Amino acid sequence: MRRDFDWFSFHAAVLLLAGLCLVLLAAPTVIVVVVSFTSGFSLRFPPPGYSLRWYAALMEAEQLRAAAWNSLVVAGWTTLLSVVLGTAAALAIARSPRLSARLLDSLFLSPLVLPALAFGLAALMLFSLAGIPVSKLTLVLGHTVVCVPFVVRTTVAALSQMDPVLLESSTSLGASRLYTFRRVTLPLIRPGILAGGFIAFMASFDNVPVSLFLRDAATDMLPIRMWQDLEGRLDVTVAAASSLLILVTVVLAVVMERAAGLSRRLAG
Amino acid sequence: MTAVFAPMPPDPVAAPGRPGRPWIAAYDIRLALPLGAFFLVFFLAPLALLVLVSFYADPVMTRFGLDQYARFLLDPFSLQVLGATLWLGVEVTALTLLLGLPLALLLTWAPARLRGLLTLIVLLPLLTSVVVRTFAWIVILGRQGIVNASLLALGLTDTPLKLLYTEGGLVLALAQVQMPLMVLPLVTALSRIDPNLADASAALGAGAWRTFLRVTLPLCLPGIVAGCLLTFAAAITAFITQSLIGGGQMLFMPMYLYQQASSLNNWPFAAAIAIVFLVAVLACVTVFNLVGRLSRGYAQA
Repeated sequence: MRRDFDWFSFHAAVLLLAGLCLVLLAAPTVIVVVVSFTSGFSLRFPPPGYSLRWYAALMEAEQLRAAAWNSLVVAGWTTLLSVVLGTAAALAIARSPRLSARLLDSLFLSPLVLPALAFGLAALMLFSLAGIPVSKLTLVLGHTVVCVPFVVRTTVAALSQMDPVLLESSTSLGASRLYTFRRVTLPLIRPGILAGGFIAFMASFDNVPVSLFLRDAATDMLPIRMWQDLEGRLDVTVAAASSLLILVTVVLAVVMERAAGLSRRLAG
Repeated sequence: MTAVFAPMPPDPVAAPGRPGRPWIAAYDIRLALPLGAFFLVFFLAPLALLVLVSFYADPVMTRFGLDQYARFLLDPFSLQVLGATLWLGVEVTALTLLLGLPLALLLTWAPARLRGLLTLIVLLPLLTSVVVRTFAWIVILGRQGIVNASLLALGLTDTPLKLLYTEGGLVLALAQVQMPLMVLPLVTALSRIDPNLADASAALGAGAWRTFLRVTLPLCLPGIVAGCLLTFAAAITAFITQSLIGGGQMLFMPMYLYQQASSLNNWPFAAAIAIVFLVAVLACVTVFNLVGRLSRGYAQA
């Protein structure tokens, strides 16, 4: 291959733009983490000095902690419901040539494209019409609608990549359907379910549009609490909370990458 | 999640016309009933209700009429909000494409171990909270943020620039937030291109730029379309980022909807806004899908 100016200019241009893109992707996260260690009171970067005072302030931030706990509980229940309902649905529609399966597939994935804010309002209307007051239950129900598509998608993908010969061998060796499901299918699709469940959990934890409409006044959710704190006053405590969230996310993502090959499953 | 709109892989066992043991390949369709019933009650019913409420003519919901839609479609302010929202989507999509395509190329060139790390860096914004990501931009673009600090230090300006509540700042922030949605489908599409084609092009004497423009780019068009679709849809519905970075000056459809629904308690009008917004998003998705289908034929030709 001729390494001439044309070759160099192309690769240089690509590397330059790609580098810019990587900086754009990573810089905000890095800056938040650095700013959270500031000794000052403002969000100046670079910070005038470094200290752990804002993490100490986090210990006393009762509101943030309560909101984080609520988000955790709701996300937990949402993930459980999404995994149960989504896996069952994925089993039914994966590898099926029937029209009903294709339609159901589109239906179950449609919440991903539609504006969640519109759905949140619609769900609120339904609950108030039915006379159901908003509560953690309505939150879980609303979150499940927008989070289950992630489980369905990754589980269907895992089922499609499963070699059907394994199932045939299992049955030809005399195993019942339930046994085959338990000992052959489930272990093979477990990484797919795990990846989907992880995304569903993060999506529920971070969800704002649906939470805005479906929570009651007493239930504070972490992203909304942080958003309100940001709008009210740019508090460095929010930076400390953000850094902790980033750390937890990174750790979980690395664990998921090892356990379920997360990057492969999401990159298609 | 970015492979959401990729077609399902062909399945040799469950193909119609193959006699014998269909029950091994596909489970009972009735297993989808629980989720189907759940969606019927908690997804389809609310949307139907939304359409119904939008047909109420007044905020207290006593009579029916098309007043709410007339109020939106004949009002220059509302139309401007819709137009600004769609234009924002176009700007963000263009910027993410310009920066995301080179990064996707780099990812496909990278060796396996580096590729995993780079993919994780690309994925991380998707997994971190949207409030955290937006907050980071407030830190960067604010009066005391890094951009202004650098500009002041370099002596390029005397007073801090107002970067935060501007459209440029918003486009930049949204581009970062949505970049993974553009890069991941592009990586998928680029990795499906037969590497022999690029080699053949080089062997026939084409330079790197020409190979890229005439061979690589047309072949990854389906990926570009998929990435643009996801980025566009996400950018126009990005409620938090629009309101935190855009501030009170710039109003977009999501905040417009939220204001009408919660502060003003005007549910019929909010419902009409929601339906118009939904229809706009669906129309754009359909257009993208059509272009995607056409480009797939072109790419395989």
